Amino acid sequence: MSLADTLSQIKATFPETVFDVTEHAGEKIIHIQGLVVLDVLGEFQKSGFNFLADITAIDNMTLGGFERFAVVYHLLSQETAERVTVKAYVSEENLILPSVESLWKTADWQEREIYDLFGITFEGHPNLVRIMNPDDFEGHPLRKDYPRLGRKERDNFPIVERRIGRKAQRE
Amino acid sequence: MAVLAARTDISRFGAEAIRFSPRQSDLLIVAGRISIKMMPVLIRIYEQMPEPKWVISMGACASSGGVFDTYSVIQGIDRFIPVDVYIPGCPPRPEGVVDGLIKLQELVDKEKFSDYAPPATNS
Repeated sequence: MSLADTLSQIKATFPETVFDVTEHAGEKIIHIQGLVVLDVLGEFQKSGFNFLADITAIDNMTLGGFERFAVVYHLLSQETAERVTVKAYVSEENLILPSVESLWKTADWQEREIYDLFGITFEGHPNLVRIMNPDDFEGHPLRKDYPRLGRKERDNFPIVERRIGRKAQRE
Repeated sequence: MAVLAARTDISRFGAEAIRFSPRQSDLLIVAGRISIKMMPVLIRIYEQMPEPKWVISMGACASSGGVFDTYSVIQGIDRFIPVDVYIPGCPPRPEGVVDGLIKLQELVDKEKFSDYAPPATNS
């Protein structure tokens, strides 16, 4: 099945949750509602898009868009070398998406990264904990309303002094 | 690695024995960015080293955070642990590392055993 057929089939199956299909640099982008992402990606997987190249997320706070956050899935068909981008929109009030870890194991760490940096929860993820920031970190740094220099996290460590005898001698 | 190899050969200064346990070391060379996740680890490593101990901050990133002025990068390890010698450069030249080592050896020469007397206690 070609990509155009798959797209029109998905549009027919999910008439209300597919917002738009656009094209950029020769590659199709399908804009959907977040809640159906597992079903839509399952359809793509069945039609030959067997490789999940990347998952990332966008904070649309300053950009505008269907919702505040978009989680972006890049799929590749290793048979036809076709690519497709799926943008799943989630609102600020209900930051929950179904996990696609059951379709591609690689989604495990990618979704943890998005959870860490954007605070989007993935339902059904086997181990949804922070992947890069410390476990006790507060906030989600890639959100547009997070200050670039943080909230003094980098300044809050105990200061280790020299042993007293040496300190006196140096000064 | 270039510092250890034939051209600069840090073993000429008696400093080629790399130990990967802090408990067998007297010099800590901190290289590269230290993130907020690594800083507690670095403090722990420093505190595990037996006295006498010295610290070299190697390169712009360890000394000042370098170009990485973000929430997660420590803006210089000397904010939290004492540093004896700073080596500039991004990345530092091997000659710079050797010079830093010689500077540190001069510093160590000036120190006296009595400087390491334990602080007075009230017992």
